[in-house]
Amino acid sequence: MKIGALKEVTADESRVAMTPDSAVQLQKLGHSCVIEAGAGQAAGFSDDSYRKAGVEVLANAKAVMAAADVVVKVRPPLPKEVAGLRANQTLISFFYPAQNKDLLEAAKDKGANVIAMDMVPRISRAQKMDALSSMANIAGYRAVIEAGANFGRFFTGQVTAAGKVPPAKVLVIGAGVAGLAAIGTATSLGAITYAFDVRPEVAEQIESMGAEFVYLDFAENQTDGAATGGYAAPSSPEFRDAQLKKFREMAPDIDIVITTALIPGRDAPKLWLEDMVAMMKPGSVVVDLAAERGGNCDLTVPDQKVVSPNGVTIVGYTDFPSRMAAQSSTLYSTNIRHMLTDLTPKKDGVIDHNMEDDVIRGATVTKEGAITFPPPPPKVAAIAAQKPKEKPKELTPEERRAQETAAFKAQTRQQVTMLAIGGALILLAGLYAPASFMSHFIVFVLSCFVGFQVIWNVSHSLHTPLMAVTNAISSIIILGALMQIGSASWLVVVLAALSVFMAGINIFGGFLVTRRMLAMFQKS
Amino acid sequence: MEYGFTTAAYVVAAVLFILSLGGLSGQESAKRAVWYGIVGMALAVLATLYGPGAGNWLISVAMIVVGGAIGWVVAQRVQMTEMPQLVAAMHSLVGLAAVFIGYNTEFEMARIAGMFASADADGLNALGGFAAKVAAKFATDAHPGELTILRIETFLGVFIGAVTFTGSVIAYGKLAGKVDGKAKKLPGGHVLNAGAALLSLVLLVMYFNGAGTWALAVMTLAAFFIGYHLIMGIGGADMPVVVSMLNSYSGWAAAAIGFSLSNDLLIVVGALVGSSGAILSYIMCKAMNRSFISVILGGFGGTTGPAMEVTGEQIAIDAEGVAAALNDAESVIIIPGYGMAVAQAQQSVSELTRKLRAKGKEVRFAIHPVAGRLPGHMNVLLAEAKVPYDIVLEMDEINEDFPNTDVAIVIGSNDIVNPAAQEDPNSPIAGMPVLECWKAKQVFVSKRGQGTGYSGIENPLFYKDNTRMFYGDAKKSIDALLPLID
Repeated sequence: MKIGALKEVTADESRVAMTPDSAVQLQKLGHSCVIEAGAGQAAGFSDDSYRKAGVEVLANAKAVMAAADVVVKVRPPLPKEVAGLRANQTLISFFYPAQNKDLLEAAKDKGANVIAMDMVPRISRAQKMDALSSMANIAGYRAVIEAGANFGRFFTGQVTAAGKVPPAKVLVIGAGVAGLAAIGTATSLGAITYAFDVRPEVAEQIESMGAEFVYLDFAENQTDGAATGGYAAPSSPEFRDAQLKKFREMAPDIDIVITTALIPGRDAPKLWLEDMVAMMKPGSVVVDLAAERGGNCDLTVPDQKVVSPNGVTIVGYTDFPSRMAAQSSTLYSTNIRHMLTDLTPKKDGVIDHNMEDDVIRGATVTKEGAITFPPPPPKVAAIAAQKPKEKPKELTPEERRAQETAAFKAQTRQQVTMLAIGGALILLAGLYAPASFMSHFIVFVLSCFVGFQVIWNVSHSLHTPLMAVTNAISSIIILGALMQIGSASWLVVVLAALSVFMAGINIFGGFLVTRRMLAMFQKS
Repeated sequence: MEYGFTTAAYVVAAVLFILSLGGLSGQESAKRAVWYGIVGMALAVLATLYGPGAGNWLISVAMIVVGGAIGWVVAQRVQMTEMPQLVAAMHSLVGLAAVFIGYNTEFEMARIAGMFASADADGLNALGGFAAKVAAKFATDAHPGELTILRIETFLGVFIGAVTFTGSVIAYGKLAGKVDGKAKKLPGGHVLNAGAALLSLVLLVMYFNGAGTWALAVMTLAAFFIGYHLIMGIGGADMPVVVSMLNSYSGWAAAAIGFSLSNDLLIVVGALVGSSGAILSYIMCKAMNRSFISVILGGFGGTTGPAMEVTGEQIAIDAEGVAAALNDAESVIIIPGYGMAVAQAQQSVSELTRKLRAKGKEVRFAIHPVAGRLPGHMNVLLAEAKVPYDIVLEMDEINEDFPNTDVAIVIGSNDIVNPAAQEDPNSPIAGMPVLECWKAKQVFVSKRGQGTGYSGIENPLFYKDNTRMFYGDAKKSIDALLPLID
């Protein structure tokens, strides 16, 4: 099949859906690739580099649309692009079917198959084609970089000859993929980073990235994020109040706020209100990653950078991934490539649009003249349901002491019982057994004790040599054979001689092999 | 007749043996310890040859020389991966020797009883060495229990020796791949074992009351059967327990023989070896969170519900991908298992370790107590491949370090890295301590192919997001990696 990549028509969109690298991989699947001239220019991929990768460069979009069986692009198609689709042609791009009903209808009428990269279900198998996550990752990183560019101070605290610099304090609201990427970037630049999320289960992830989770003093059973496919759900008014109160407390201290809070299918919740911006120090920065959906901050103007009356910069760009076009194109084209890998299970260049497959089914929004959106829920849950965590109860010193005493008593009792039983048994044996037996028996019991004490100290790594050496010394049984070999009975002599022979093998074999092994253990 | 010199030599030998085992607490002292053992053994044998074993000493020396030569050659030739088989084979020899010696005691008893019956005073006086000792127990002024005790001791020695013998032979066969490694039982299962054991008990009582040699012989057959059937019913991964258990048995057999021969050195050494094997078995069982009984009876413990569903897919990776991750990694932990021994990959692993360490990366090994088929098996293989022992760590020493590790490489192990042991209370291995390699940033699993290991338990590790499967023969896979590490 022929895969064709279009040049993005939206202004300021620098990304491209196919890179020379991904084209090489696609060709390995048996496909051939075409691309519109100049499509990769803005992302730093020249037409020549595509030609070198075996991609046919076509003059305009029309030629690509005509040639390709599968059209790939980044942004949702414009109506005129949809109009150019033909029946059974496949389009793979972001689509946002819930918001673009008209586009969906148009694609259906054309009979084209549309795979929306934003509809890939959030299951672990589909992570490799989760373009939303890879774009969010870039957005999170870029948000910190933008904040840094607009922030007049260092991120990291320094003590220099010219004076002391305090570290920047960063608050990240919403710990999705973008939020976590922002946390990682901010902490690695040296800022003190706080993070908030309505889903308490992400606290662990936040802490693992090096930020401090902002806990709310709020006793409500918060919804488990697993129930909503790993996304945040709207919160109750009481919860929202508690949240805003906490933010108000923090606002005067925070230098940089990065908001990433989105709720699927709704406008972005307002979380950083006008009065909080007013409380911030002049020169502080707010980066609103939710600007496209109205913004988390009251003052956000989409696609613009504005400065509040008290000198706080509010960045509302909506094209962070496009601002890092080379990186985002690489990741996006890899996501596309993985999607095509799943669509080409036999690697023979034939697309098998398998609607039984959870991932392909979920991402397909129109197929063969029918709208297949919304998809049925995937068979596999996104995230394993959260198990209630049992925290080991903190014991008071008294309780602990009581516990220790109890344990000690139990141990003593056990030991005394064992000794009593053992002693009684030995006494019983002593009553009936002859004295000569008892004298040997004492030796036996003591040896067992010595053995137990000695063997516990043997290093784990020397267990094999230990077995070999105990093997060798258990051939001490040779003594018995040696004592019997002088017998007058020929049968006894033969059996004893055989025993001596076998024990001989063991003694020499055992000790030698132990020596061989021990000689191998070397210190570095 | 008592020999003061012999007893003195025995005391010294016993001390040397204890020191020899005690010296195994560290790699360096162990090299000295093995010499204590050798000297102790030489002393004991020489003292016996000089003293109570003086009769027919030419045959003795000849036998020791021939046996020693064979032992020497075997020990020189054996591959380190074949250690489990060798150890099992050696146990079987001790077991068989114990059986023979027990029989000899019985024959001597019969002979002397005959002499007493015919009041053959000359014959009795002419008895030397061991026979004289037995005769003393027949003497009329001896404690009446003496003979009974002697019979019990002999009987026990033969019984344990016989179980050890067939058990070790089967264990050897399984370890060497000559017998199918799967757990197998005859119809009737443990009832057969219990029956054989009961029969032995009945025979013991009859033997007491003078039933004679035939009781001993029948019991030996029953014991042979128990040894065979018991070990047949135990599968591959439980072999560390089996081998250490047989080790323990061979010790107890020696101790029982020591009682019957009234030889303290035999008792001391038998007890040392017996307790050593018992402790090893205990450690192995604890490492699998299973009771000794459940291992011996075979099969895994009962589960209480269906196992957790494993979702996701196993994502494969090629050598380039693994090499790239290794080149980027700062710290690496390698987790070897039986698969490494099977593929003979230890040299390649060692070479990989050397290359990574030369680049200044921290490379360590994590060894689970039951990795391999013998306690400490992996340590010996790595030592053979010249991996320094101070980077080879036990589970408890290294488990906490996984979260700070960039790459964990699992080579041919399965159950010992199975997160189900911690996450799924219904898993057959729930509660077994495992190496928490999935906490590392990235995990590579070198494995021959998809599918479950010996235990047939699904391993959720293979489906984790940070796990990549590196399919193929362990040795070939690692060799493919080597040129890619720069």
